Amino acid sequence: MTDAPDSKPVQPEDALLAEAAPAPRQRSRWETAWRELRRAPLSAQIGLIVIVCYIILGVFAPVIAPYPENELVGSQYEPWSDEFVFGTDQLGRDMLSRLIFGARNTIGIAFVTTILAFAIGGSLGLLASILGGWADQALGRAVDVLMAIPLLIFALVLLSIVGTSLINLIVIIAVLDSTRVFRLSRAVSMNVVVMDFVEAARLQGEGLGWIMTREILPNIMPPLVAEFGLRFCFVFLTISALSFLGLGIQPPAADWGSMVRENATLINYGDITPLLPAGAIALLTVAVNFVVDWFLHKTSGLKE
Amino acid sequence: MNAVLRTVLQRLGLGVLTLFVVSIIIFSTIEMLPGDFAKAILGQSATPETVAAFQREIGLDRSAPVRYLEWIGGVLQGDFGNSFASAGALGGGQERSVLSLVAPRLANTLFLAAMAAIIAVPLALALGMLAALYRNSVFDRIVNLTTLTSISVPEFFVAYILMLFLAVKFPIFYSLASVSADTPFMERVVRCALPAMTLVLVIVAHMMRMTRAAIINLLASPYIEMSRLKGLSPSRIIYHHALPNAWAPIANVIALNLAYLIVGVVVVEVVFVYPGIGQLMVDAVSRRDIPVVQACALIFAIAYILLNLLADIASIVTNPRLLHPR
Repeated sequence: MTDAPDSKPVQPEDALLAEAAPAPRQRSRWETAWRELRRAPLSAQIGLIVIVCYIILGVFAPVIAPYPENELVGSQYEPWSDEFVFGTDQLGRDMLSRLIFGARNTIGIAFVTTILAFAIGGSLGLLASILGGWADQALGRAVDVLMAIPLLIFALVLLSIVGTSLINLIVIIAVLDSTRVFRLSRAVSMNVVVMDFVEAARLQGEGLGWIMTREILPNIMPPLVAEFGLRFCFVFLTISALSFLGLGIQPPAADWGSMVRENATLINYGDITPLLPAGAIALLTVAVNFVVDWFLHKTSGLKE
Repeated sequence: MNAVLRTVLQRLGLGVLTLFVVSIIIFSTIEMLPGDFAKAILGQSATPETVAAFQREIGLDRSAPVRYLEWIGGVLQGDFGNSFASAGALGGGQERSVLSLVAPRLANTLFLAAMAAIIAVPLALALGMLAALYRNSVFDRIVNLTTLTSISVPEFFVAYILMLFLAVKFPIFYSLASVSADTPFMERVVRCALPAMTLVLVIVAHMMRMTRAAIINLLASPYIEMSRLKGLSPSRIIYHHALPNAWAPIANVIALNLAYLIVGVVVVEVVFVYPGIGQLMVDAVSRRDIPVVQACALIFAIAYILLNLLADIASIVTNPRLLHPR
């Protein structure tokens, strides 16, 4: 597959552009970004703050969490106390610590999966739009068929075949979700492929890789970035749903979906502890959606 | 009328083709099984003879196309084969046909989905149209923000919150939706209240956002502006100009969201321990009971494809441009 070559240059190239041309510009990229952020609506600002908090929690989980991820520190289902802020889970592990480590596992896995989905779907979408004709038809029909089965159902079928492991989970969700990325990247890049500068690059004898990454990709970045946010939410929710069903991220790793499942019985006693991991999932997806909503408005130049 | 008929037939043909290809995909997943699969199902203590017998029973000694024809022939007659769960006791255990597992649960799932759809569709359409007509008002903004929030939360979050408040703190409904074949209708409705409510909340948000977008899109088109400029009354604009063109997008929105119900139903059934096909599938996946998984997946896929087909056909037969050809 051609996923590796075009996925990497996306960010380094952006950084390179910013470094290479600072002189003629009045404001640097960061200053512009900062100005835009200050003018962003409240919902987007809150969303960004929430996302940053999650990232900090995930990255510095071992420093922040009061107890290790998998250590039995108390008895089963202890109530909330000073010692265990949110009590303990069904085995006696500290709930707060597992919530914090869950940020790292759940978000990390969803993020890797989304990146993989974009690498596959994005590069195939670009290829289909550049090559056209036979290759485009074949890829398009294959994607149509894959999309004819609901994603969660298809994932369940495949998981029953290959068994539930982390690698299987990531690859299956990434491949299935890449169909949606393929559709979008093919559609937006179709508008760019017909432009004169692409024709010029072709006549110049540039290779396929160059045309994909240097000519087309920079011009379709805004919709792809917005889609990345939406796809991340979707992947995140799908993986959480699978974990909740006991078929996603496997114990003993702390993961929000499985934590809801493991502690669900507490609900029947009026204890809201199982809602905490579910709420953590909900809060992050809402935050990402708010930011994407604003970003879409910004880049599409007032769509409605 | 001829053009309509031809387009509908074309679309139907495409639908049948998709069903065919999807059935091949679902069938061929069994080809991807690792070689030691029989051992995994039968347990480590299985003798080579039992493994061979099991492989013969699932037909691994014949070629794939032959098995596909047998399988699909059986499926068309309502025979999905036998569950692997019985294969563990190949010697004397009694066989359970997949159909006997699936049939009663399919009825339960259809009941739950129908209940959710009957409430959700009119509610979502009404809210969506109101939000579109009073665009940018406070009502619209509040609705926009709440629906954006509720489409981004996981189904089980909504489900447990409803359970916490409506079944535990204020015991109005049952927290577990246990029904059996002889549960009377009204009792069944009450027991299904919470799962149905969860599904309604989840799809109403999706559906009304899409309705709003479709109506706004429509009201922005030049011929609506024209009719406004020539001074027609709002009701005449809506009924005479907008509505005939709105059926297609609305039908699309409904079908797409009913298809979305399929995914929601899996999680919701597990939360409320509802004996439906979604829960059956999840159990079968963790037991790696492939025939049951295939049957469930095929049923979900057929429902999904049919709904999309219906949406397309509805938009074809209500398309004024096709109905009144020049």
